[in-house]
Amino acid sequence: MCDTCGCNVTHGNQHLVTGDGKLARTEDGKAAITVLQGLLTENDHQAAHNRQHFDNREILAINLMSSPGAGKTALLEATIEALGDEFSIAVIEGDLETENDAQRIRDKGVPALQISTGSACHLDAHMVHDALHHLDLDGIDVVFIENVGNLVCPASFDLGQHRNITLLSVTEGDDKPAKYPVIFRAADLVLLTKADLLEVLDDFDPAKAEEYIRQLASEVPVLQLAARRNVDIDSWLNWLRNEVKEQRKRVKKKLTLRPAIQPEGSILHSGHDHSHDHHQPHSHPHTHDKPHSHS
Amino acid sequence: MHELSICQSLIDQVETLANENQAVAVKTIWLQVGPLSGAEVPLLEHAYPLAAVGTVAENAQLLIESMPVRVRCRTCGEESVASVNKLLCGVCNDYRTDLVSGDEMILAKLEFDTQAH
Repeated sequence: MCDTCGCNVTHGNQHLVTGDGKLARTEDGKAAITVLQGLLTENDHQAAHNRQHFDNREILAINLMSSPGAGKTALLEATIEALGDEFSIAVIEGDLETENDAQRIRDKGVPALQISTGSACHLDAHMVHDALHHLDLDGIDVVFIENVGNLVCPASFDLGQHRNITLLSVTEGDDKPAKYPVIFRAADLVLLTKADLLEVLDDFDPAKAEEYIRQLASEVPVLQLAARRNVDIDSWLNWLRNEVKEQRKRVKKKLTLRPAIQPEGSILHSGHDHSHDHHQPHSHPHTHDKPHSHS
Repeated sequence: MHELSICQSLIDQVETLANENQAVAVKTIWLQVGPLSGAEVPLLEHAYPLAAVGTVAENAQLLIESMPVRVRCRTCGEESVASVNKLLCGVCNDYRTDLVSGDEMILAKLEFDTQAH
């Protein structure tokens, strides 16, 4: 969704741009313009800026999405316990209310910033940007953004992350990917959580869940784990280790990465020779290296 | 219910464009929305007046074109119609497809008055 690189021009609307110019004036002072901009262009620009911010510091940013109660915070707790000595982690927590989740993370000795969204059902790039100003990112390797528990809205907003993870707890039903295709299509990794409960549940078939995911034309890895009991978390930890390594390689090559959603889009956005170059210095009225006074 | 956020973002864009083109009122806004964008057309239509009130687009007509879900198969190369939760090739049934259309959420076109009446 970027109005300068042309990825908004799809098969369905191509005919609109192959016309005779942008502005067509009619009688009575009426004018019509062809725009073809993503509706979330402003958000996407802010997201690109956030991503630049992460890339400048070689930080891998991961967005966690799931329904409420699928185990996002528990996954983070287990991950911090397992990898706390290996990586420096920081967490941005999105919830409608309370500081509870941020406190759980801080109890593990990791900086966490709570965004209370009030009635908003998702995080957007501006909220994450504000949060970044309140987090000390020096020496941080991975920033996890725990989105608001919701399988619908978070999928539409780029936050500046590099990877999306969608969690599906086995108590939810194996057909969730068919019911919420947008959020599962957006995943770079799907984690089937609370998998230790599979033995007492007769209505969740992991193979079926995976089949529904494949039917979304998705080739993402699907891993099972039970974070609260530290069961089968090694594959997840290795995935994460590898992503940290890949992010460092990308930064060295001055490349960046947008999370999944559409392969063609991410190819366009990971390149370096289109006019929407996110590696150019931004002419923002602020810098990130100075203390901020936020209103 | 993120459709209100989307409409607010739309209004910001429309106001900027109206301003650039010296518009006094926006008459019509054309959107293209596919079901895989995550935005629901009826919810956008309901949220729009709330976002537009008091702006240059307050009385604009919102026309939303629903885009079809279409995929191109990476295996056989054919293009076919698909459904939101079954993005399989309609010809060879392979799941390795790329979306050609269906996830759009685009401001396609604007029409406005440039003279006060």
